[in-house]
Amino acid sequence: MYPLKQHSILPGFNLALGFTLLYLSLIVLIPLSAAFIRTAELSWPDFWSIVTTPRVLASYRLTFGASFAAALVNALFGLLVAWVLVRYHFPGKKFVDALVDLPFALPTAVAGIALTALYAGNGWIGQYLEPLGIKVAFTPLGIFVALTFIGLPFVVRTVQPVLEDVEAELEEAAATLGANRWQTFTRVIFPAIFPALMTGFALAFARAIGEYGSVIFIAGNMPMISEITPLLIITKLEQYDYAGATALSVVMLVISFILLLIINLLQWWSRRRSSKT
Amino acid sequence: MTTITFPLSPAAQQKATQEPRWVRWALISIALLFLTLFLFIPLISVFYEAFKKGVEVYVAAITDPDALSAIKLTLTVAAIAVPLNMIFGVAAAWAIAKFEFRGKNLLITLIDLPFSVSPVVSGLIYVLVFGLQGWLGPWLSEHDFKVIFAVPGIVLATVFVTVPFIARELIPLMQAQGTEEEEAAVVLGASGWQTFFKITLPNIKWGLLYGAILCNARAMGEFGAVSVVSGHIRGSTNTMPLHVEILYNEYNFAAAFAVASLLALLALVTLALKTLIEFRNRQHQQRGHE
Repeated sequence: MYPLKQHSILPGFNLALGFTLLYLSLIVLIPLSAAFIRTAELSWPDFWSIVTTPRVLASYRLTFGASFAAALVNALFGLLVAWVLVRYHFPGKKFVDALVDLPFALPTAVAGIALTALYAGNGWIGQYLEPLGIKVAFTPLGIFVALTFIGLPFVVRTVQPVLEDVEAELEEAAATLGANRWQTFTRVIFPAIFPALMTGFALAFARAIGEYGSVIFIAGNMPMISEITPLLIITKLEQYDYAGATALSVVMLVISFILLLIINLLQWWSRRRSSKT
Repeated sequence: MTTITFPLSPAAQQKATQEPRWVRWALISIALLFLTLFLFIPLISVFYEAFKKGVEVYVAAITDPDALSAIKLTLTVAAIAVPLNMIFGVAAAWAIAKFEFRGKNLLITLIDLPFSVSPVVSGLIYVLVFGLQGWLGPWLSEHDFKVIFAVPGIVLATVFVTVPFIARELIPLMQAQGTEEEEAAVVLGASGWQTFFKITLPNIKWGLLYGAILCNARAMGEFGAVSVVSGHIRGSTNTMPLHVEILYNEYNFAAAFAVASLLALLALVTLALKTLIEFRNRQHQQRGHE
Protein backbone atom coordinates (compact mmCIF):
# COMPACT_ATOMS: atom_id res chain seq x y z
CA MET A 1 0.00 0.00 0.00
CA TYR A 2 1.58 3.28 -1.07
CA PRO A 3 0.47 6.60 0.41
CA LEU A 4 -2.55 8.48 -0.97
CA LYS A 5 -0.23 10.95 -2.62
CA GLN A 6 3.51 10.77 -3.16
CA HIS A 7 5.49 13.76 -1.94
CA SER A 8 6.34 16.42 -4.49
CA ILE A 9 7.92 19.87 -4.22
CA LEU A 10 5.51 21.26 -6.83
CA PRO A 11 2.68 23.38 -5.42
CA GLY A 12 -0.97 23.49 -6.43
CA PHE A 13 -1.98 19.87 -6.03
CA ASN A 14 -4.83 20.56 -3.61
CA LEU A 15 -6.16 23.47 -5.63
CA ALA A 16 -5.96 21.64 -8.97
CA LEU A 17 -7.42 18.37 -7.74
CA GLY A 18 -10.05 20.14 -5.64
CA PHE A 19 -11.21 22.23 -8.59
CA THR A 20 -11.19 19.18 -10.89
CA LEU A 21 -13.33 17.15 -8.51
CA LEU A 22 -15.75 20.03 -7.83
CA TYR A 23 -16.20 20.77 -11.54
CA LEU A 24 -16.63 17.10 -12.45
CA SER A 25 -19.15 16.62 -9.65
CA LEU A 26 -21.25 19.65 -10.56
CA ILE A 27 -21.18 19.21 -14.34
CA VAL A 28 -20.97 15.43 -14.79
CA LEU A 29 -21.44 13.25 -11.72
CA ILE A 30 -24.40 14.84 -9.90
CA PRO A 31 -26.50 15.31 -13.08
CA LEU A 32 -25.69 11.73 -14.17
CA SER A 33 -26.64 10.40 -10.75
CA ALA A 34 -30.00 12.18 -11.13
CA ALA A 35 -30.95 9.69 -13.86
CA PHE A 36 -30.22 6.74 -11.54
CA ILE A 37 -31.83 8.25 -8.43
CA ARG A 38 -34.99 9.24 -10.30
CA THR A 39 -35.22 5.74 -11.79
CA ALA A 40 -34.82 4.20 -8.33
CA GLU A 41 -38.17 5.81 -7.46
CA LEU A 42 -39.76 3.30 -9.82
CA SER A 43 -40.45 -0.22 -8.59
CA TRP A 44 -38.53 -2.97 -10.35
CA PRO A 45 -41.59 -4.42 -12.19
CA ASP A 46 -42.60 -0.92 -13.34
CA PHE A 47 -39.07 -0.23 -14.58
CA TRP A 48 -38.91 -3.59 -16.34
CA SER A 49 -42.25 -3.14 -18.08
CA ILE A 50 -41.23 0.34 -19.32
CA VAL A 51 -37.94 -0.81 -20.81
CA THR A 52 -39.33 -3.98 -22.44
CA THR A 53 -42.45 -2.85 -24.29
CA PRO A 54 -42.54 -4.10 -27.90
CA ARG A 55 -41.88 -0.60 -29.27
CA VAL A 56 -38.84 -0.18 -27.02
CA LEU A 57 -37.51 -3.66 -27.85
CA ALA A 58 -37.87 -2.87 -31.57
CA SER A 59 -35.83 0.32 -31.03
CA TYR A 60 -33.05 -1.63 -29.26
CA ARG A 61 -32.90 -4.14 -32.11
CA LEU A 62 -32.68 -1.35 -34.67
CA THR A 63 -30.16 0.76 -32.72
CA PHE A 64 -27.84 -2.16 -31.99
CA GLY A 65 -28.24 -3.83 -35.39
CA ALA A 66 -27.57 -0.68 -37.39
CA SER A 67 -24.70 0.36 -35.09
CA PHE A 68 -23.10 -3.08 -35.35
CA ALA A 69 -23.40 -3.17 -39.14
CA ALA A 70 -22.01 0.36 -39.45
CA ALA A 71 -19.09 -0.40 -37.09
CA LEU A 72 -18.33 -3.57 -39.06
CA VAL A 73 -18.20 -1.68 -42.37
CA ASN A 74 -16.04 0.96 -40.70
CA ALA A 75 -13.67 -1.71 -39.36
CA LEU A 76 -13.17 -3.11 -42.87
CA PHE A 77 -12.89 0.16 -44.78
CA GLY A 78 -11.20 1.99 -41.89
CA LEU A 79 -8.42 -0.61 -41.94
CA LEU A 80 -8.12 -0.19 -45.71
CA VAL A 81 -8.02 3.62 -45.48
CA ALA A 82 -5.43 3.49 -42.67
CA TRP A 83 -3.32 1.03 -44.69
CA VAL A 84 -3.44 3.18 -47.83
CA LEU A 85 -2.61 6.35 -45.86
CA VAL A 86 0.35 4.76 -44.04
CA ARG A 87 1.85 2.59 -46.77
CA TYR A 88 1.24 4.23 -50.13
CA HIS A 89 1.85 7.56 -51.80
CA PHE A 90 -0.68 9.16 -54.07
CA PRO A 91 -1.54 12.71 -55.10
CA GLY A 92 -3.66 14.57 -52.53
CA LYS A 93 -2.82 12.17 -49.72
CA LYS A 94 -2.33 14.87 -47.07
CA PHE A 95 -5.65 16.45 -48.01
CA VAL A 96 -7.44 13.10 -47.74
CA ASP A 97 -5.72 12.38 -44.42
CA ALA A 98 -6.94 15.68 -42.96
CA LEU A 99 -10.50 15.22 -44.24
CA VAL A 100 -10.88 11.79 -42.59
CA ASP A 101 -11.68 13.69 -39.37
CA LEU A 102 -14.57 15.53 -41.00
CA PRO A 103 -17.28 13.51 -39.18
CA PHE A 104 -15.70 14.61 -35.86
CA ALA A 105 -15.83 18.28 -36.86
CA LEU A 106 -19.05 18.46 -38.87
CA PRO A 107 -22.14 19.08 -36.71
CA THR A 108 -24.35 16.00 -36.75
CA ALA A 109 -27.43 17.92 -37.91
CA VAL A 110 -25.53 19.07 -41.01
CA ALA A 111 -24.43 15.51 -41.75
CA GLY A 112 -28.03 14.39 -41.27
CA ILE A 113 -29.63 16.76 -43.75
CA ALA A 114 -26.79 16.33 -46.29
CA LEU A 115 -27.08 12.53 -46.28
CA THR A 116 -30.87 12.72 -46.47
CA ALA A 117 -30.70 15.02 -49.51
CA LEU A 118 -28.19 12.68 -51.19
CA TYR A 119 -30.07 9.45 -50.62
CA ALA A 120 -33.64 10.70 -51.14
CA GLY A 121 -35.36 9.43 -54.30
CA ASN A 122 -34.37 12.57 -56.24
CA GLY A 123 -30.91 12.95 -54.65
CA TRP A 124 -27.50 12.55 -56.29
CA ILE A 125 -27.07 8.98 -55.06
CA GLY A 126 -30.70 8.04 -54.38
CA GLN A 127 -31.76 8.51 -58.00
CA TYR A 128 -29.46 5.66 -59.03
CA LEU A 129 -30.47 3.35 -56.18
CA GLU A 130 -34.23 3.85 -56.41
CA PRO A 131 -34.61 2.17 -59.86
CA LEU A 132 -32.72 -0.83 -58.44
CA GLY A 133 -35.38 -1.09 -55.76
CA ILE A 134 -33.03 0.10 -52.99
CA LYS A 135 -34.58 2.72 -50.74
CA VAL A 136 -32.11 4.32 -48.35
CA ALA A 137 -33.61 7.56 -47.03
CA PHE A 138 -36.43 7.10 -44.50
CA THR A 139 -35.62 3.39 -43.97
CA PRO A 140 -33.34 1.49 -41.53
CA LEU A 141 -30.76 1.43 -44.35
CA GLY A 142 -30.54 5.20 -44.06
CA ILE A 143 -29.75 4.87 -40.35
CA PHE A 144 -26.91 2.53 -41.27
CA VAL A 145 -25.55 5.07 -43.77
CA ALA A 146 -25.64 7.91 -41.20
CA LEU A 147 -23.95 5.77 -38.54
CA THR A 148 -21.26 4.70 -41.00
CA PHE A 149 -20.50 8.37 -41.69
CA ILE A 150 -20.38 9.21 -37.96
CA GLY A 151 -18.07 6.29 -37.07
CA LEU A 152 -15.70 6.59 -40.02
CA PRO A 153 -12.72 8.28 -38.30
CA PHE A 154 -12.56 5.99 -35.25
CA VAL A 155 -11.02 2.89 -36.85
CA VAL A 156 -8.74 4.90 -39.15
CA ARG A 157 -7.36 6.97 -36.27
CA THR A 158 -6.81 4.04 -33.89
CA VAL A 159 -5.20 1.74 -36.48
CA GLN A 160 -3.07 4.38 -38.24
CA PRO A 161 -0.47 5.02 -35.47
CA VAL A 162 -0.12 1.29 -34.69
CA LEU A 163 0.41 0.50 -38.37
CA GLU A 164 3.09 3.20 -38.55
CA ASP A 165 4.91 1.50 -35.66
CA VAL A 166 4.97 -2.00 -37.20
CA GLU A 167 8.66 -2.58 -37.76
CA ALA A 168 9.86 -3.11 -41.30
CA GLU A 169 12.40 -5.65 -39.99
CA LEU A 170 9.61 -8.03 -39.03
CA GLU A 171 8.20 -7.95 -42.54
CA GLU A 172 11.66 -8.38 -44.06
CA ALA A 173 12.25 -11.38 -41.81
CA ALA A 174 8.94 -12.88 -42.92
CA ALA A 175 9.87 -12.34 -46.56
CA THR A 176 13.32 -13.90 -46.03
CA LEU A 177 11.66 -16.92 -44.49
CA GLY A 178 9.64 -17.35 -47.66
CA ALA A 179 6.30 -15.77 -46.79
CA ASN A 180 4.43 -14.02 -49.56
CA ARG A 181 2.81 -10.61 -48.94
CA TRP A 182 -0.59 -12.06 -48.04
CA GLN A 183 0.98 -14.45 -45.52
CA THR A 184 3.06 -11.61 -44.06
CA PHE A 185 -0.09 -9.53 -43.70
CA THR A 186 -2.26 -12.21 -42.09
CA ARG A 187 0.48 -13.73 -39.87
CA VAL A 188 2.68 -10.73 -38.95
CA ILE A 189 0.96 -7.39 -39.54
CA PHE A 190 -2.65 -8.24 -38.78
CA PRO A 191 -1.99 -9.74 -35.31
CA ALA A 192 -0.02 -6.59 -34.40
CA ILE A 193 -2.85 -4.23 -35.35
CA PHE A 194 -5.76 -6.44 -34.28
CA PRO A 195 -6.20 -4.95 -30.76
CA ALA A 196 -6.23 -1.43 -32.23
CA LEU A 197 -8.75 -2.54 -34.85
CA MET A 198 -11.01 -3.95 -32.14
CA THR A 199 -10.67 -0.73 -30.12
CA GLY A 200 -11.65 1.33 -33.15
CA PHE A 201 -14.59 -0.97 -33.83
CA ALA A 202 -15.80 -0.66 -30.22
CA LEU A 203 -15.42 3.15 -30.27
CA ALA A 204 -17.40 3.43 -33.52
CA PHE A 205 -20.06 1.07 -32.13
CA ALA A 206 -20.36 2.99 -28.84
CA ARG A 207 -20.65 6.30 -30.66
CA ALA A 208 -23.27 4.93 -33.05
CA ILE A 209 -25.53 3.63 -30.27
CA GLY A 210 -25.98 7.07 -28.72
CA GLU A 211 -26.10 9.00 -32.00
CA TYR A 212 -29.14 11.19 -32.55
CA GLY A 213 -28.58 14.28 -34.72
CA SER A 214 -27.48 12.67 -37.96
CA VAL A 215 -29.97 9.80 -37.72
CA ILE A 216 -33.32 11.51 -37.13
CA PHE A 217 -33.36 13.32 -40.48
CA ILE A 218 -32.69 10.24 -42.59
CA ALA A 219 -34.50 7.62 -40.48
CA GLY A 220 -38.15 8.37 -41.22
CA ASN A 221 -38.76 7.67 -37.51
CA MET A 222 -41.59 5.15 -37.87
CA PRO A 223 -42.38 3.39 -34.56
CA MET A 224 -41.42 -0.31 -34.64
CA ILE A 225 -39.56 0.14 -37.96
CA SER A 226 -37.12 3.04 -38.03
CA GLU A 227 -37.24 4.55 -34.55
CA ILE A 228 -33.93 4.55 -32.62
CA THR A 229 -33.80 4.43 -28.81
CA PRO A 230 -32.47 8.02 -28.31
CA LEU A 231 -35.43 9.29 -30.36
CA LEU A 232 -37.81 7.28 -28.19
CA ILE A 233 -36.38 9.07 -25.13
CA ILE A 234 -37.13 12.44 -26.77
CA THR A 235 -40.65 11.30 -27.70
CA LYS A 236 -41.38 10.27 -24.12
CA LEU A 237 -39.99 13.56 -22.84
CA GLU A 238 -42.22 15.55 -25.21
CA GLN A 239 -45.22 13.62 -23.83
CA TYR A 240 -44.10 14.61 -20.29
CA ASP A 241 -43.44 10.92 -19.54
CA TYR A 242 -40.37 11.73 -17.41
CA ALA A 243 -40.32 8.33 -15.70
CA GLY A 244 -40.30 6.52 -19.06
CA ALA A 245 -37.63 8.78 -20.55
CA THR A 246 -35.44 8.42 -17.47
CA ALA A 247 -35.81 4.63 -17.33
CA LEU A 248 -34.76 4.33 -20.98
CA SER A 249 -31.84 6.69 -20.46
CA VAL A 250 -30.63 4.52 -17.56
CA VAL A 251 -30.63 1.50 -19.88
CA MET A 252 -28.59 3.51 -22.40
CA LEU A 253 -26.21 4.71 -19.66
CA VAL A 254 -25.60 1.19 -18.35
CA ILE A 255 -24.86 -0.02 -21.88
CA SER A 256 -22.49 2.93 -22.43
CA PHE A 257 -20.65 2.16 -19.19
CA ILE A 258 -20.23 -1.51 -20.13
CA LEU A 259 -18.90 -0.48 -23.54
CA LEU A 260 -16.55 2.03 -21.89
CA LEU A 261 -15.19 -0.75 -19.70
CA ILE A 262 -14.68 -3.02 -22.73
CA ILE A 263 -12.94 -0.19 -24.62
CA ASN A 264 -10.61 0.45 -21.67
CA LEU A 265 -9.73 -3.25 -21.54
CA LEU A 266 -9.10 -3.29 -25.30
CA GLN A 267 -6.85 -0.24 -25.07
CA TRP A 268 -4.91 -1.84 -22.25
CA TRP A 269 -4.52 -4.99 -24.39
CA SER A 270 -3.48 -2.86 -27.37
CA ARG A 271 -0.82 -1.01 -25.35
CA ARG A 272 0.53 -4.24 -23.89
CA ARG A 273 0.69 -5.83 -27.33
CA SER A 274 2.56 -2.90 -28.87
CA SER A 275 5.00 -2.58 -25.96
CA LYS A 276 5.94 -6.26 -26.40
CA THR A 277 7.03 -5.88 -30.03
CA MET B 1 38.37 -5.47 -55.36
CA THR B 2 35.82 -6.06 -58.04
CA THR B 3 32.17 -5.42 -57.61
CA ILE B 4 29.86 -7.94 -59.11
CA THR B 5 26.50 -6.65 -60.18
CA PHE B 6 23.61 -8.89 -61.01
CA PRO B 7 21.26 -7.65 -63.68
CA LEU B 8 17.79 -7.72 -62.13
CA SER B 9 14.61 -8.24 -64.05
CA PRO B 10 11.95 -5.54 -63.42
CA ALA B 11 9.81 -8.05 -61.52
CA ALA B 12 12.64 -8.91 -59.17
CA GLN B 13 13.34 -5.23 -58.48
CA GLN B 14 10.15 -5.02 -56.51
CA LYS B 15 10.91 -5.00 -52.81
CA ALA B 16 9.92 -8.09 -50.91
CA THR B 17 8.02 -5.93 -48.43
CA GLN B 18 5.88 -4.21 -51.03
CA GLU B 19 2.75 -5.28 -52.83
CA PRO B 20 2.61 -5.51 -56.62
CA ARG B 21 1.76 -2.25 -58.37
CA TRP B 22 -1.75 -3.31 -59.40
CA VAL B 23 -2.62 -4.30 -55.83
CA ARG B 24 -1.43 -0.94 -54.55
CA TRP B 25 -3.53 1.00 -57.04
CA ALA B 26 -6.56 -1.22 -56.51
CA LEU B 27 -6.43 -0.65 -52.74
CA ILE B 28 -5.95 3.11 -53.15
CA SER B 29 -8.88 3.24 -55.57
CA ILE B 30 -11.24 1.32 -53.30
CA ALA B 31 -10.28 3.46 -50.28
CA LEU B 32 -10.76 6.69 -52.22
CA LEU B 33 -14.07 5.49 -53.66
CA PHE B 34 -15.34 4.73 -50.14
CA LEU B 35 -14.21 8.14 -48.85
CA THR B 36 -15.70 9.91 -51.86
CA LEU B 37 -19.05 8.25 -51.31
CA PHE B 38 -19.19 8.76 -47.55
CA LEU B 39 -17.19 11.96 -47.00
CA PHE B 40 -16.53 14.14 -50.02
CA ILE B 41 -19.92 13.96 -51.72
CA PRO B 42 -21.88 14.76 -48.51
CA LEU B 43 -19.58 17.72 -47.85
CA ILE B 44 -19.88 19.09 -51.38
CA SER B 45 -23.64 18.58 -51.40
CA VAL B 46 -24.04 20.92 -48.40
CA PHE B 47 -22.57 23.82 -50.38
CA TYR B 48 -24.33 22.80 -53.60
CA GLU B 49 -27.77 22.71 -51.93
CA ALA B 50 -27.04 26.00 -50.13
CA PHE B 51 -26.37 27.89 -53.37
CA LYS B 52 -28.82 25.97 -55.60
CA LYS B 53 -31.40 28.74 -55.54
CA GLY B 54 -28.90 31.52 -56.01
CA VAL B 55 -26.72 33.78 -53.93
CA GLU B 56 -29.62 36.08 -53.03
CA VAL B 57 -31.57 33.31 -51.34
CA TYR B 58 -28.39 32.29 -49.53
CA VAL B 59 -27.68 35.79 -48.24
CA ALA B 60 -31.34 36.27 -47.27
CA ALA B 61 -31.28 33.00 -45.30
CA ILE B 62 -28.23 33.85 -43.23
CA THR B 63 -29.18 37.48 -42.63
CA ASP B 64 -32.69 36.57 -41.49
CA PRO B 65 -33.20 37.91 -37.93
CA ASP B 66 -33.85 34.40 -36.56
CA ALA B 67 -30.69 33.09 -38.22
CA LEU B 68 -28.64 35.99 -36.89
CA SER B 69 -29.93 35.43 -33.37
CA ALA B 70 -29.09 31.71 -33.71
CA ILE B 71 -25.56 32.60 -34.82
CA LYS B 72 -25.21 35.01 -31.90
CA LEU B 73 -26.43 32.43 -29.40
CA THR B 74 -24.10 29.75 -30.78
CA LEU B 75 -21.12 32.12 -30.48
CA THR B 76 -22.15 33.12 -26.94
CA VAL B 77 -22.50 29.51 -25.78
CA ALA B 78 -19.11 28.58 -27.23
CA ALA B 79 -17.54 31.69 -25.68
CA ILE B 80 -18.64 30.46 -22.24
CA ALA B 81 -18.19 26.69 -22.64
CA VAL B 82 -14.71 26.68 -24.22
CA PRO B 83 -12.93 28.88 -21.60
CA LEU B 84 -14.59 26.95 -18.76
CA ASN B 85 -13.32 23.67 -20.16
CA MET B 86 -9.89 25.18 -20.80
CA ILE B 87 -9.57 26.06 -17.10
CA PHE B 88 -10.85 22.62 -16.16
CA GLY B 89 -8.52 20.90 -18.62
CA VAL B 90 -5.44 22.71 -17.31
CA ALA B 91 -6.37 22.07 -13.66
CA ALA B 92 -7.10 18.37 -14.27
CA ALA B 93 -3.94 17.88 -16.32
CA TRP B 94 -1.83 19.66 -13.67
CA ALA B 95 -3.12 17.35 -10.93
CA ILE B 96 -2.92 14.18 -13.04
CA ALA B 97 0.34 14.74 -14.93
CA LYS B 98 2.49 16.41 -12.28
CA PHE B 99 1.58 14.33 -9.22
CA GLU B 100 1.29 10.69 -8.24
CA PHE B 101 -1.82 9.82 -6.26
CA ARG B 102 -4.21 6.97 -5.74
CA GLY B 103 -7.34 6.76 -7.89
CA LYS B 104 -5.73 8.56 -10.83
CA ASN B 105 -6.95 6.08 -13.45
CA LEU B 106 -10.47 6.30 -12.11
CA LEU B 107 -10.32 10.09 -12.38
CA ILE B 108 -9.16 9.87 -16.02
CA THR B 109 -12.05 7.51 -16.79
CA LEU B 110 -14.52 9.90 -15.14
CA ILE B 111 -13.22 12.80 -17.24
CA ASP B 112 -13.79 10.74 -20.40
CA LEU B 113 -17.30 9.75 -19.31
CA PRO B 114 -19.26 12.41 -21.26
CA PHE B 115 -17.84 11.01 -24.52
CA SER B 116 -19.67 7.74 -23.95
CA VAL B 117 -23.02 9.25 -22.94
CA SER B 118 -25.63 9.66 -25.67
CA PRO B 119 -26.24 13.37 -26.44
CA VAL B 120 -29.93 12.90 -25.73
CA VAL B 121 -29.18 11.51 -22.26
CA SER B 122 -26.74 14.39 -21.67
CA GLY B 123 -29.60 16.83 -22.15
CA LEU B 124 -32.11 14.78 -20.19
CA ILE B 125 -30.04 14.67 -17.01
CA TYR B 126 -30.10 18.49 -16.83
CA VAL B 127 -33.87 18.44 -17.24
CA LEU B 128 -33.97 16.03 -14.27
CA VAL B 129 -31.94 18.45 -12.14
CA PHE B 130 -33.22 21.87 -13.26
CA GLY B 131 -36.57 21.16 -14.98
CA LEU B 132 -39.92 21.91 -13.37
CA GLN B 133 -40.23 18.23 -12.39
CA GLY B 134 -36.58 18.20 -11.31
CA TRP B 135 -34.67 18.60 -8.07
CA LEU B 136 -34.06 22.34 -8.27
CA GLY B 137 -36.98 23.22 -10.57
CA PRO B 138 -39.50 24.38 -7.94
CA TRP B 139 -36.90 26.51 -6.13
CA LEU B 140 -35.71 28.06 -9.41
CA SER B 141 -39.23 28.94 -10.56
CA GLU B 142 -39.92 30.56 -7.17
CA HIS B 143 -36.93 32.81 -7.76
CA ASP B 144 -37.95 33.39 -11.37
CA PHE B 145 -34.76 31.96 -12.84
CA LYS B 146 -35.03 29.70 -15.87
CA VAL B 147 -32.37 27.13 -16.71
CA ILE B 148 -34.26 24.62 -18.85
CA PHE B 149 -35.73 26.03 -22.09
CA ALA B 150 -33.36 28.97 -21.59
CA VAL B 151 -29.76 29.91 -22.30
CA PRO B 152 -28.21 28.60 -19.01
CA GLY B 153 -29.47 25.08 -19.81
CA ILE B 154 -27.97 25.24 -23.30
CA VAL B 155 -24.64 26.35 -21.84
CA LEU B 156 -24.66 23.57 -19.22
CA ALA B 157 -25.50 20.83 -21.74
CA THR B 158 -22.77 22.13 -24.06
CA VAL B 159 -20.21 22.23 -21.24
CA PHE B 160 -21.13 18.63 -20.35
CA VAL B 161 -20.58 17.20 -23.83
CA THR B 162 -17.27 19.07 -24.27
CA VAL B 163 -15.71 18.38 -20.82
CA PRO B 164 -13.11 15.82 -22.02
CA PHE B 165 -11.72 17.57 -25.13
CA ILE B 166 -9.03 19.80 -23.62
CA ALA B 167 -8.15 17.63 -20.60
CA ARG B 168 -7.49 14.54 -22.74
CA GLU B 169 -5.23 16.60 -25.04
CA LEU B 170 -3.23 18.07 -22.14
CA ILE B 171 -2.86 15.02 -19.87
CA PRO B 172 -0.60 12.93 -22.18
CA LEU B 173 1.29 16.06 -23.28
CA MET B 174 2.08 17.17 -19.72
CA GLN B 175 2.90 13.59 -18.68
CA ALA B 176 5.44 13.40 -21.50
CA GLN B 177 6.98 16.72 -20.48
CA GLY B 178 7.57 15.52 -16.92
CA THR B 179 8.13 17.71 -13.89
CA GLU B 180 11.82 18.61 -14.09
CA GLU B 181 11.44 22.12 -15.51
CA GLU B 182 8.80 23.06 -12.95
CA GLU B 183 10.87 21.59 -10.10
CA ALA B 184 13.88 23.60 -11.21
CA ALA B 185 11.78 26.77 -11.22
CA VAL B 186 10.45 26.08 -7.71
CA VAL B 187 13.92 25.31 -6.38
CA LEU B 188 15.13 28.63 -7.84
CA GLY B 189 12.44 30.40 -5.83
CA ALA B 190 9.58 30.87 -8.28
CA SER B 191 6.09 30.89 -6.81
CA GLY B 192 3.48 28.37 -7.97
CA TRP B 193 1.73 30.81 -10.31
CA GLN B 194 5.05 32.11 -11.67
CA THR B 195 6.08 28.54 -12.42
CA PHE B 196 2.78 27.90 -14.14
CA PHE B 197 2.69 31.04 -16.29
CA LYS B 198 6.41 31.14 -17.18
CA ILE B 199 7.21 27.43 -17.55
CA THR B 200 4.13 25.24 -17.92
CA LEU B 201 1.83 27.46 -19.98
CA PRO B 202 4.41 28.20 -22.72
CA ASN B 203 5.14 24.45 -22.89
CA ILE B 204 1.50 23.45 -23.32
CA LYS B 205 0.13 26.38 -25.32
CA TRP B 206 -0.09 24.47 -28.63
CA GLY B 207 -1.78 21.50 -26.99
CA LEU B 208 -4.17 23.85 -25.24
CA LEU B 209 -5.00 25.56 -28.54
CA TYR B 210 -5.47 22.21 -30.26
CA GLY B 211 -7.90 21.03 -27.60
CA ALA B 212 -9.72 24.37 -27.61
CA ILE B 213 -10.26 24.19 -31.38
CA LEU B 214 -11.78 20.69 -31.18
CA CYS B 215 -13.82 21.70 -28.12
CA ASN B 216 -15.12 24.76 -29.97
CA ALA B 217 -16.20 22.75 -33.01
CA ARG B 218 -18.23 20.39 -30.84
CA ALA B 219 -19.63 23.24 -28.71
CA MET B 220 -20.92 25.09 -31.78
CA GLY B 221 -22.21 21.97 -33.49
CA GLU B 222 -23.83 20.07 -30.61
CA PHE B 223 -27.36 19.09 -31.49
CA GLY B 224 -28.90 16.29 -29.40
CA ALA B 225 -28.12 17.55 -25.90
CA VAL B 226 -28.97 21.16 -26.72
CA SER B 227 -32.16 20.08 -28.48
CA VAL B 228 -33.49 18.50 -25.25
CA VAL B 229 -32.89 21.54 -23.04
CA SER B 230 -33.55 24.35 -25.52
CA GLY B 231 -37.32 24.37 -25.99
CA HIS B 232 -36.75 25.54 -29.60
CA ILE B 233 -37.95 29.12 -29.10
CA ARG B 234 -37.20 30.93 -32.37
CA GLY B 235 -35.05 34.01 -32.02
CA SER B 236 -34.33 33.24 -28.36
CA THR B 237 -33.13 29.70 -27.54
CA ASN B 238 -32.26 28.44 -31.00
CA THR B 239 -28.65 27.64 -31.74
CA MET B 240 -27.45 27.25 -35.33
CA PRO B 241 -27.88 23.45 -35.51
CA LEU B 242 -31.40 23.77 -34.06
CA HIS B 243 -32.20 26.52 -36.55
CA VAL B 244 -31.08 24.18 -39.35
CA GLU B 245 -33.50 21.56 -38.06
CA ILE B 246 -36.45 23.98 -37.88
CA LEU B 247 -35.86 25.30 -41.39
CA TYR B 248 -35.47 21.77 -42.72
CA ASN B 249 -38.68 20.57 -41.09
CA GLU B 250 -40.49 23.55 -42.66
CA TYR B 251 -39.27 22.28 -46.06
CA ASN B 252 -37.24 25.47 -46.43
CA PHE B 253 -34.30 23.41 -47.73
CA ALA B 254 -32.30 26.23 -49.34
CA ALA B 255 -32.27 28.23 -46.10
CA ALA B 256 -31.53 25.13 -43.98
CA PHE B 257 -28.52 24.29 -46.14
CA ALA B 258 -27.40 27.93 -46.15
CA VAL B 259 -27.11 27.95 -42.35
CA ALA B 260 -25.68 24.41 -42.49
CA SER B 261 -23.00 25.61 -44.92
CA LEU B 262 -21.75 28.04 -42.26
CA LEU B 263 -21.37 25.11 -39.85
CA ALA B 264 -19.66 23.05 -42.58
CA LEU B 265 -17.28 25.96 -43.12
CA LEU B 266 -16.56 25.97 -39.39
CA ALA B 267 -15.74 22.25 -39.63
CA LEU B 268 -13.35 22.85 -42.53
CA VAL B 269 -11.59 25.70 -40.71
CA THR B 270 -11.33 23.45 -37.64
CA LEU B 271 -9.71 20.67 -39.70
CA ALA B 272 -7.34 23.13 -41.37
CA LEU B 273 -6.17 24.60 -38.03
CA LYS B 274 -5.87 21.11 -36.54
CA THR B 275 -3.71 19.93 -39.46
CA LEU B 276 -1.59 23.08 -39.21
CA ILE B 277 -0.89 22.53 -35.49
CA GLU B 278 -0.09 18.84 -36.07
CA PHE B 279 2.31 19.85 -38.87
CA ARG B 280 3.97 22.44 -36.59
CA ASN B 281 4.32 19.90 -33.77
CA ARG B 282 5.96 17.33 -36.06
CA GLN B 283 8.49 19.90 -37.32
CA HIS B 284 9.15 21.00 -33.77
CA GLN B 285 9.77 17.41 -32.70
CA GLN B 286 12.14 16.77 -35.61
CA ARG B 287 14.12 19.89 -34.74
CA GLY B 288 14.25 18.69 -31.15
CA HIS B 289 15.80 15.39 -32.27
CA GLU B 290 18.54 16.99 -34.34
